[in-house]
Amino acid sequence: MRVVYFAWVRERVGLEEEDVEVPAEVKTAGDLVSWLRERSPGHAFALEEPDIIRIAVDRVHAQPDQPIAGAREVALFPPMTGG
Amino acid sequence: MANSPSRTVPTPMADPAAVEPSVRVGTDPIDVAAETDALTAGRTDVGAVVAFTGLCRDEAGRLAVLELEHYPGMAEAEIGRIAAQAAARWPLLGLRVVHRSGPIRPGEVIVLVAAASAHRAAAFEAASFLMDFLKTRAPFWKKEHLADGSEGSWVEARDADDAAAEKWAHLRTEG
Repeated sequence: MRVVYFAWVRERVGLEEEDVEVPAEVKTAGDLVSWLRERSPGHAFALEEPDIIRIAVDRVHAQPDQPIAGAREVALFPPMTGG
Repeated sequence: MANSPSRTVPTPMADPAAVEPSVRVGTDPIDVAAETDALTAGRTDVGAVVAFTGLCRDEAGRLAVLELEHYPGMAEAEIGRIAAQAAARWPLLGLRVVHRSGPIRPGEVIVLVAAASAHRAAAFEAASFLMDFLKTRAPFWKKEHLADGSEGSWVEARDADDAAAEKWAHLRTEG
């Protein structure tokens, strides 16, 4: 599964994207955020407040309880500020 | 509000009469006149065009450049989903959305939403609806670069924008 990061989440993680092998117990988008926090101090800093992290699964907005089985790309990013 | 952009807005039923919106994201400057002209060219049934342009402010001289980051692929798709909802909800004759990415200087246009309809209410409301949902759901992020050369910060999302999008669930549609 590919994980992509944007804005200050990208800056804090220190990566634009990464390919990860997700263990079977990581079932939802929210589980993925918790699991990614353990990967590095940068991940932990970027994802320290999971309630404000927005999630997209295969380029569609998702809630933390959405299953990620079969997903190709999960994106994590701050609240959006376009327009 | 936590996770508010993830609230689902119902996907509109397929309506063969609904207009096909034009959605573009790119680094080129936005030609507002050309975009609005395209809504009326060669037709005489349009009675109203409402064009909203969002501009980059200089924040009292503090800001040098606003850098627009976006999620390629999803940005266009999400604006397209919002535009399709507007086209299903109001009797539009045309709908164009153009959003800049990359570096933008004060005075330049960041976003254009232009809606055409027979009567004004549909065009006004559709343009407002588009902007309210674009603000909270389209994956763009603004970073400030300051005129004094110092490292700017990411613009924070505003609760007022969430509230503006939320109100559409309760409003009656005119048009």
